[in-house]
This record gives sequence, C-alpha cells and structure tokens, in this order.
Amino acid sequence: MSELAASTTETPDLESAKAKALAAGVKPRKYGGWYVAEHRLLSMRTYLQTMVATGVGTPLLYLYAMGVGLATLVDADQGQGLDKVSYLVFVAPALICSAALTTATEEFSYPIMLGFKWNPTFFGMNSAPLEGGQIINGVTYSVLFRLVAQSIVYYLFMLLFGAIPSPLGWLSIFAAVATGTALGTMLMAYASRLEEDKGQFNYIMRFGVIPLTLFSGTFFPLTALPVWLHWIGWISPLWHGTELSRVFAYGYSEPIWLTVTHVVYLVALTAIGWWLARRIAVRRLNK
Amino acid sequence: MVVVSASKSPVVAAESLTKKYKDFAAVDGISFEIAQGESFGFLGPNGAGKSTTMRMVGAVSTRTSGSLSVVGLDPNNYGPEIRSQLGVVPQADNLDTELKVRDNLIVYGRYFGLSRSYLGPKADELLEFAQLKEKAKERIDDLSGGMKRRLTIARALINDPRILLLDEPTTGLDPQARHILWDRLFRLKEQGTTLILTTHYMDEAEQLCDRLVVIDKGKIMAEGSPAALIRKYSTREVLELRFGSEHNAAAAKKVEGLGERIEVLPDRVLIYSDNGEATLQKVTETGLNPITSLVRRSSLEDVFLRLTGRSLIE
Repeated sequence: MSELAASTTETPDLESAKAKALAAGVKPRKYGGWYVAEHRLLSMRTYLQTMVATGVGTPLLYLYAMGVGLATLVDADQGQGLDKVSYLVFVAPALICSAALTTATEEFSYPIMLGFKWNPTFFGMNSAPLEGGQIINGVTYSVLFRLVAQSIVYYLFMLLFGAIPSPLGWLSIFAAVATGTALGTMLMAYASRLEEDKGQFNYIMRFGVIPLTLFSGTFFPLTALPVWLHWIGWISPLWHGTELSRVFAYGYSEPIWLTVTHVVYLVALTAIGWWLARRIAVRRLNK
Repeated sequence: MVVVSASKSPVVAAESLTKKYKDFAAVDGISFEIAQGESFGFLGPNGAGKSTTMRMVGAVSTRTSGSLSVVGLDPNNYGPEIRSQLGVVPQADNLDTELKVRDNLIVYGRYFGLSRSYLGPKADELLEFAQLKEKAKERIDDLSGGMKRRLTIARALINDPRILLLDEPTTGLDPQARHILWDRLFRLKEQGTTLILTTHYMDEAEQLCDRLVVIDKGKIMAEGSPAALIRKYSTREVLELRFGSEHNAAAAKKVEGLGERIEVLPDRVLIYSDNGEATLQKVTETGLNPITSLVRRSSLEDVFLRLTGRSLIE
C-alpha cells in the first residue's frame, strides 16, 4: 500500500478536479427525477396521437355507451337508477377511475421493462449522474402528469354529460389518479424485477385488471355480488377509488371512516409500490 | 502482485480492488493508477473482469473490498459527483429509440443539469464531430451500427468529460467503421481527454493505448506500453507455420529449439524468433514442408498467449 499511497497524494490538479465534480453533482442530485420525467414526456410525444385519441375517445365512448345507452335500460327498470341517482351519475365516477387504471397499467409496465431490458436506457441514465431512485421517481412523475391530464379531460366530459351534480366533483380527478398510481406503482415494482418477458403483462391485464374492473363496483354496486365475492372489492384499488370518486361526484353516502380508509389505502399502496420499485431499481442497476 | 502506477497524479487509483458475486471473484484484488490525459487500456478475453472493473470505475457498481478513488472521490459516497465528470460508452448501445438523433444528445445532457440553451449548440458541435450532422433528425433505428457507436460516443462527450470510459468500443463493427471510430478517439486523446478502454482486440489496444494492463481471470498479469509488453514478453518476430491440423503437434517436435519459444495452436505452430526468415530457412532444412508460412511482427496477442497460455479470442 505504501508505494501506492505515496503516489496518490493529491496534487492541485486533483484538488480542482474534485472541487469541479462536487459542484457538478449538486444539480443532478437535486433535480435528477425531473430530468427523467422530462425525458419520458418527450418520449411520450412519439405516441401523442394515441394518447390524445384515447384521452378524448375513451370518455366519449364509455360515457355515451354506459351513461346514455345502458342507462336508458337501467333507469327505466330501476325507476331511480342506482343508489338513488341516474345510472349515468352512478357509473361516470367509476369510469374515470377505470380509465386511469388502464393507462397506469400501460405506463408502469412496458416502459419499465423497456428501460431495464429491451433497450436499457435506465443503465445509460445511471452512467450519467442519475441514481436508480431518481429514475423511478422520474417515471412516476411523468405518469402522474399523464394521469392528471387524462383525468381532467375525462372530468370535463363528465361535466358535459351532466354526470357531476356535486360541487366537489372535481375531486374525483384525485380519486382517479390515486387509483392509477395505487396499482401502477405496485406493477412498476414488479416490472423492475422482471428479467424476461413471457407475456406476464398480458396476463395481468386479462386476469387482473379486467376482472378488477368487472368486480369492483364499477358497473353495479359491490353489494349486488354474493358476499363471498366482496373481498375482491376490498382489496381492489379500483373499488376504493370508485367509492371515493362517488363520494365526491354525487355525495354517495358512506361512513366517514370508510372514506378515510379509501384515501389511506390508495395512498399507502402508491407509497409502498413506489418505495419497492426504487429499492429494486437501485439493486438492479448496481451490478 | 502487479501494482500499476501512473507517473503523473492519478485521476483513478485502485488498490486491491475486488468484486465478488457470491464466491466468484470477477475482479480479484487488482491495483492500478491512471494519470490525467493518459490513454489506458484493459486488455483481456471475454469474462476476464474488464467490464466489471469499468463499472466500478464508472461508479455504478459497488466494490466488494479494496479502495478506489476517481477524480479524488470514493464512488461509494460520491457516485453522481464522479459520474458528472465521466463520459461512458457502454458495450451495448442504449440510445433512446423513441427519440431522434439530436434529441438523444440533448436529453442526455439534461441529466448533468446542463441548460437547453447550452445543449443545443453543443449537440450540433458533437454531431459534426461524429460525422452525423445530416442525420440529426433521423430516427435511431435508421442509423447503421457504426453510426450508433459514433452517436453513443458523441453522447458521452456532452458534458465535456474529464475521463471517457469505453467498454469494447468497436466490437461488432466492420473495419471501416472501426477506423473512423479510432480516428475520433485519437482526436480526443490529442485534446487531452483521459481515455480508459477495455478491448479484446490487440490492434485496438496498440492503436489507442499509451499504457495497458493485461487482465485474465480477474487479475492483472502484466502492465506497460504495448511496445514494452511485446519487448518483454515476446520476440521481435513470429513465424507462423501450418502443417494441417493433424500434423501440427508432430511437426512442432521436429522444430524444437529453432526459436526462443514454440506455441502449438490447434490450427498452426508459432515459432518466436528475432529473425523469422532465418528461422523459416532452418525449418526447411529439417525437411519439413509447411502448407503455409508467414513471418510477422509480434503483437499483444502473443503477449497474452505467453502470459496465459490461451488466445485472446477463443
């Protein structure tokens, strides 16, 4: 060691290199996550048309088909619709959450697999000053941005269709975004671990997200299902999001503790998924 | 143990650097120093531990033991700070295929906290350097392999790095693309950028490295300039003889003692000698009649063969 120690004594040159490095690390440490978000949003431009078409087309089609088409039958049959409101008012707060869930499922799965595996841009980011946690943060920020934008558009369509009687209806945007992130960040953690794509995301979509949509009180109240199926709703972020969204959109009546539970559940799942994904990403990048 | 010291103040200093994966030591206690402005190479076959060493120097892989300092900082505590001073060209391109060529440079520059107003002209300058100016608005998928490598190098230069790390920079490229790339790297070297590269191509090491270490099974086998290594571990010339794969071993026995050293490879016999032509004359005098014979200068391949008993590209 003595031979090496003697020769590594710091010179003014090395001192200035060190000072320069310390100064250059400040901004990336502080804003790294935002730089990744900026990158992701720029990448999203490549499928901007799809995003706009989905963002506008989904509320238009679903609200019309369910809230106008199916509603005619339900309202006629039930007299007062469901839950003492028209079927449109009942179903719209669920649809905004379901749409956010679908988008979150896409954005938190394939882009993560892309960055770690198919075209390992995350390793490129990590070779620059960014850390694994910042990469996950950046992806999350960009998806949040898309979810908020999409849910605002959805909310405007709901207003247009006359599906929001409550002045607090705009808070259903929050419910929708939280529904998306609650399942999405968990999926992001899973995708961060995935070494090989064997169609897992397809399975998740077909056997996870779609059944959740069907059995989470989206199109009919959870209580309409047999008791032994209620547990699906209780664990489903979509059910918690939908119930919350209904409280905001038309004043759906439930105990306050249950409303608080919805919020806590959605925020907790989001936080746990986010934290897990950060941990996994740091470990995976550090080979 | 080979301890490799730089003559000037080192920007990279490693002491007993080790990286283990469970019980397997990918890098096994190596020590080396690299001076500012030096062009330093890790030469060795696949799996020798070159890339793992590069990742530790690049502050993206935590060492198991030993000490490491890059620009005077410990990568364990100052990863982002160290990486802000590095340009990294990975073994496999990881350009963002969803972005255009020029946008790839700008987005990457943002990771270093550089402003867009700075990055615009900088990206244009680098595209010019990489001979990709006319491809600025193209999609990544429309570039050839050589162009992608040049773009990756351009991207690595976006922050004016103090040290450029190149992991197998020309693997998979055709000869012309390799020469263009070497030319660009040589220019950077002339401008004083510290180059650290791994390669299993001896010609690449000879072209680009002031100094290199031969690495095998996670350990440093030898260190020096390409010329010094050849002088130390090989003769001036090598006589390559082919007798047919089934006859090489028998023929080798007959020519024993004709050169300083003999290596029998599956497809040929190598006789190390300072005068290849004279040795060939002696071979002919023994009555042997090789199918082909070739006299060439010694290369780093011969150094590696001498040190490890194996060929670089297996």
